[in-house]
Amino acid sequence: MNIAAAANENMAQLSNYLVYSALAVYTLAFLAHIAEWAFGSRSRIAKQSAALTAQEQEAKASAAAPAVTVRAAGGTATLERPKVVTRNRGRDVADGLGAAGEDEKGELLGRIAISLTTLAFLIHLAGVVTRGLSVERAPWANMYEFSTTFSMVAVGVYLGLLAAGKKVRWIGLFLITTVLLDLGLALTVLYTESDQLVPALQSPWLIVHVACAIICGASFYVGAVSSLAYLVRDSYESRLEAGRTMRLSTVWRRLPSAATLDKLAYRVNAIVFPLWTFTIIAGAIWAEAAWGRYWGWDPKETWSFITWVVYAAYLHARATAGWKGRKAAYLALIAFACWIFNYYGVNMFVTGSLHSYAGVE
Amino acid sequence: MSTTKTDAAEVMSSAPADDTGTGEGPGGPQLGPVGWLRWLWRQLTSMRVALVLLFLLSLAAVPGSLVPQEGSDPVKVQDFVDRHETLGPLYEKIGMFHVYSSTWFSAVYILLFVSLIGCIVPRTWQFVGVLRARPPAAPRRLERMPAHARWSTDAPADEVLAAARRILGRRRFRTGASDGSVAAEKGYLREAGNLVFHIALIVMLVGFAAGQLYMSEGTKLVVEGDGFANNLTQYDDFKDGNLFDRDDLGGFGFTLDEFTGTYERSGPQRGSARDFRADITYWEAGGEEKKAVVSSNHPLEVAGYKAYLTGHGYAPVVTVRDGQGDVAYRGPAPFLPMDGNVTSQGVVKVTDYVGKDGERDQLGFSGIFVPTFEGASATRGMVSAFPALDNPVLFLTAYRGDLGVDSGIAQNVYQLDNERMEQFTDADGTPLAQMMKPGDTMELPDGAGSLTFERIDEWATFQVTSKPGTDLALAGAIAAIAGLSGSLFIQRRRVWVRATPDGHGRTVVETAALGRSESARVAEELGDIAALLHNEAPAVPEQQPEQRPDTDPDTDKERA
Repeated sequence: MNIAAAANENMAQLSNYLVYSALAVYTLAFLAHIAEWAFGSRSRIAKQSAALTAQEQEAKASAAAPAVTVRAAGGTATLERPKVVTRNRGRDVADGLGAAGEDEKGELLGRIAISLTTLAFLIHLAGVVTRGLSVERAPWANMYEFSTTFSMVAVGVYLGLLAAGKKVRWIGLFLITTVLLDLGLALTVLYTESDQLVPALQSPWLIVHVACAIICGASFYVGAVSSLAYLVRDSYESRLEAGRTMRLSTVWRRLPSAATLDKLAYRVNAIVFPLWTFTIIAGAIWAEAAWGRYWGWDPKETWSFITWVVYAAYLHARATAGWKGRKAAYLALIAFACWIFNYYGVNMFVTGSLHSYAGVE
Repeated sequence: MSTTKTDAAEVMSSAPADDTGTGEGPGGPQLGPVGWLRWLWRQLTSMRVALVLLFLLSLAAVPGSLVPQEGSDPVKVQDFVDRHETLGPLYEKIGMFHVYSSTWFSAVYILLFVSLIGCIVPRTWQFVGVLRARPPAAPRRLERMPAHARWSTDAPADEVLAAARRILGRRRFRTGASDGSVAAEKGYLREAGNLVFHIALIVMLVGFAAGQLYMSEGTKLVVEGDGFANNLTQYDDFKDGNLFDRDDLGGFGFTLDEFTGTYERSGPQRGSARDFRADITYWEAGGEEKKAVVSSNHPLEVAGYKAYLTGHGYAPVVTVRDGQGDVAYRGPAPFLPMDGNVTSQGVVKVTDYVGKDGERDQLGFSGIFVPTFEGASATRGMVSAFPALDNPVLFLTAYRGDLGVDSGIAQNVYQLDNERMEQFTDADGTPLAQMMKPGDTMELPDGAGSLTFERIDEWATFQVTSKPGTDLALAGAIAAIAGLSGSLFIQRRRVWVRATPDGHGRTVVETAALGRSESARVAEELGDIAALLHNEAPAVPEQQPEQRPDTDPDTDKERA
């Protein structure tokens, strides 16, 4: 018994070392991303205005190109596959080139940043797993564990998208910054020694309910960053159209187009919304078993409901004339702010929640 | 045409649709009362108002999470009212202490649901109509569609169309043909899912309402060895919904055989609870006795009720002898915990006491029980160091006089009203107080009697709840997720194929696709369909565009 306990404590200690190491490697990745953005802007400052117009021209041309490419099979007129002509509504602007722009050094640094992120993610993953092993349960039962697992899942989703060939590298710097903040907060303010669960938390629903909440949070985060980037890029594009420039335009120029960002934000939020609904319902089922009622307007429940309603409003807004675009994006940001408040705010500022197992005084 | 006319189906859809008005009523002064009602109804059921109501609902829910609520914590509400002289009564007036049953909160969600119903009903009819009709015929100018492909072939037009129907049918499109073209549509489950989701929300609301109206909820403290039978007199505390019939209580009962609490013995969270379990024997009306374990997350489910384990504590078992030496009281006295280490406070009330000289009187004992005594704290007095019974100590002081239990005024059984009582004192006049371990006896002065601390039983509190409609709400919730997934993940799209003889023995094949929701990958899909069709009707070099009478110059530019 004592030997087992000692092993567990060693495991918990190991987990802490791993999380600290991950934090260090993430910091290196962060610096590499910063350098990537810096080099990416360097090469083109001189020819910026010329490039802008060129880019616009390029954008028009590429948007007019067919979505399905045509391959001629030997003969001049025989098509192997009919050519599909697409028509887009609204602005036709191509995606930016990404953080590195056309700079080779920037590109190299970007690749280094991704490698470092992958390394940090593996260390981070090991840290979470050892934490789970040390307590012999799912490693997300208090705010420290939730935060470390949360940022790990967010990075995992990002790396998964990159591996699937999606063009999301531009998110890297935002993501790593957030991960650093999240881990820093977890290790300082939220830190809790590894330990067993109070009886109310001993339920299989802990795994289902909280794991879903983590996945939703990580995805909503990606949606929120996209919405934010959309808002900036959208103003950049409309100013460009009006022939004006914008501060830091060398940064905005390298982002994906507003249409792409808007679509990404919508897809992520729409895909995760049913899962968020399920998270709340799973929580209600658990509450029914643990507390004798499935819904009691506990602050955590209230805020998850508010988050749900605002995301529902966002999805509806996109179908409503006059609410599309920027207004809908603001709603998405408000919804994510509600999610964040539900996670941090309710535990730290609102007293009397039944969800006060967080280990934070 | 299909792209410009908005049907109600688009209005409530969660995916973007084409820009169109949402059916604003006809403004102007010539509206009669019926006209105004119509206008109001249209406003209420419009998407924009639904959006505003959704936003209002989330705003209205906020204060309930910040201001203490009567439903969950009446003590905090009282405390808030005491501390805020102006704000307290104001909050009380506007229902701030019971936000979720206040008029304004109810108004928002009732309006929202009326708006919802006003949306669903016409949409359901419309959807039925769509299902009964064939897909809308091909628009005249297919090249105006978001994705479009065109080629010439030697295959005759009717063969091309037959092949198109076959290909589309195999891909599970619903098809319909009109002269010279095939129209196909797929993804109807999107709208079905959307309707299911919105109807499921109403089902959930009905489930919640039923739960509120027919619910009953009571708590009962049971000491080990004691029992509980499900009727009103047995509850310590009981509340029920407006439509609950209290005569319906009954049907089961149970005895608490043993309560076990396990606590963390080491580490930084020493003293944290690790496991609570109550071993009980229960019976159902007309049934045998059965054994069961009730623990956190595992309530007892019996006769339509659920019994949850909600609290626990210790009950010192004492024997009180009166002035005559007779047993005046024997039994457990539940002490109520005041902190996480179960430092508890309680009283022993003896109503049938006979003094040394034969006079009738009453006795009262009050004090503190600590399960693990490690010395008294200078600031906080007697404090327990651990929640388990490691070194139990009972610290009591005694009174005699009128307990006030016969006064007819409701009294707290866990508190002593010593207004009309006199405290026993030592020979030197200091109040009598004694610290006892199990087996110890406290002698009252002048042969007035004694109290013996026999042993300690544990007690547990149970919350007994019945809430009809829970299954309905759960069914609604599951249907809502299913419907939501359908409405967000299934894409509705249309494909058209037109085959026109060009007057030179060849056939011009035109195909186009239109996604009716945002994420539809119509271009890829049309590419696949066109490729399949192309296999059956291969392209040949096309005639000069001038030879086609209905060719649009725009089209040629795009195809160049």
